[in-house]
Amino acid sequence: MQHVPDITVPALDVEKIRKDFPLLQEKVYGQPLVYLDNAATTQKPQVVLDTLIEYYTRINSNVHRGVHHLSQEATNAYENSRKIIASFINARKPEEVIFTKGTTDGINLIAYSFGRGEIKPGDVVLASAMEHHSNIVPWQMMCEDRGAELKIIPMDEKGELLMDEFSALLTDKVKIIAVTYVSNSLGTVNPVRDIIAQAHARNIPVLLDAAQAVQHMPVDVQELDVDFLVFSGHKIYGPTGTGVLYGKEEWLDRLPPYQGGGDMIKTVTFAKTIYNVLPYKFEAGTPDISGAIALGTAVQYVQQIGVENIQAWEEQLVEYAVQQLQQIEGIRFIGNPRHRSGAVSFLVYDIHPYDLGELLDKQGIAIRTGHHCAEPVMDFFCIPGTVRASFAVYTTFEDIDRLVAGIKKAVSMLR
Amino acid sequence: MTIKEQQDELISDFSFMENWMDKYEHIIQLGKELPLIDDKYKTPDHLIKGCQSQVWLHTEMQDGKLVFTADSDAVITKGLVSLMVTVFSGHTPKEIAESEIYFIDAIGLSNHLSPTRSNGLLSMLKQIKLYAVAYEAKSQSQKNGTEL
Repeated sequence: MQHVPDITVPALDVEKIRKDFPLLQEKVYGQPLVYLDNAATTQKPQVVLDTLIEYYTRINSNVHRGVHHLSQEATNAYENSRKIIASFINARKPEEVIFTKGTTDGINLIAYSFGRGEIKPGDVVLASAMEHHSNIVPWQMMCEDRGAELKIIPMDEKGELLMDEFSALLTDKVKIIAVTYVSNSLGTVNPVRDIIAQAHARNIPVLLDAAQAVQHMPVDVQELDVDFLVFSGHKIYGPTGTGVLYGKEEWLDRLPPYQGGGDMIKTVTFAKTIYNVLPYKFEAGTPDISGAIALGTAVQYVQQIGVENIQAWEEQLVEYAVQQLQQIEGIRFIGNPRHRSGAVSFLVYDIHPYDLGELLDKQGIAIRTGHHCAEPVMDFFCIPGTVRASFAVYTTFEDIDRLVAGIKKAVSMLR
Repeated sequence: MTIKEQQDELISDFSFMENWMDKYEHIIQLGKELPLIDDKYKTPDHLIKGCQSQVWLHTEMQDGKLVFTADSDAVITKGLVSLMVTVFSGHTPKEIAESEIYFIDAIGLSNHLSPTRSNGLLSMLKQIKLYAVAYEAKSQSQKNGTEL
């Protein structure tokens, strides 16, 4: 920490936190791992791993079905996790929290159900120029199906949305707006409150992709007044294959179900099926019970550290990373937003991001290269991809120093 | 040199390198030295699928032997292309089609290059073999044609 003299004393003990993550103790190619690919997935703390083992060792059973003791235990743990998550994002009711397989699954659910229930030919769906493919393709599929049109809110060279253009796009044809809270490829934090306010003034609902937000900053769905919000469990220290869809009760009640099957029904006859109430209406089939419970543990872990403390720590990391990376000759940031969170994307000279990634990997530094599932963003900047370093609660200033040294070494080899 | 001798020489070159950075230094150097493909061949027809970075490969027949030229937008990939070109270029289609390729494994590249990159290398190998088989089949049918 001698690198930045003006650093504020963090409210979290990063060395202690690092000990909670077994994988961070591993070596890669004989060197201590520097893990800076957290926007792709985060590592898991021991408590999350313990929860998974504990579930299968002590209470494995199907939920919402059996009258027997184990099924009650499993159901209680599963529903308790829903309550933890509801309180974490400040949902009015746990019933507004639907467990999904992840962000992609949540967006597909809303695109499908909203499309079926609300979209007519000629209607418009708005997304932004910096969306992940998972917040583009489901809407494209739905629009194609319903004869609707997907329109794009443009951005500028800094990687910020053009809000005047957004306002101009708001017509009576627009039926839903799907935007990312934080861009996975650029790190931009979007002005979502403004977007929601303008949308609501015209009675248009908004879906926020919060996959890169909930782990980095406090997210309060009531304060945001957002209609739908989705995120992935595995990016917030939970297991892969888990996720959350939050929806306002009135919207979730109004939309038709997504998948049919067990648990989402009240009664079934061959003539007609009566659907179950929320949240079960949207949770067909046996869910990822252990995953959902362990996601609750992950969220509690974040709450114990304090998401405000994580935000304060990561803001210092991002600032330090930008400051240090800037000193590398030939570096060019892709996206330079005023408000940034969690990730920094860049290129050095005309070096292919893949070459840089390969040589960083061999130095024990894990970063992401490529288009980050956001090809339209790469097309906008006319580049094949970027190198992206992304941070988590356990990232240290030393990690960033090693990244900078690693890049310098790679550049000297490649040029 | 035969294809086998070329491979053995490459394996021997790499065996002196102690760590990954040394190996990469060498691969990058080879990439920089690779004779460039003629720009007119940098078309979608010459693109090799399976590479995350772009690779263009052009094949020409000279005096009964196949000559490969190639390029990539990534230097490390270019180095790997260069290894392939070194091994295969200047051999007859028959020799290439029948060759057994073991140097990639022996150098450790198939294990240690990232999966997508490794796939690119294998696609490149497949493509070269495919060309060789196609040329061989063509020359066989021509031979048969003249005999008739």
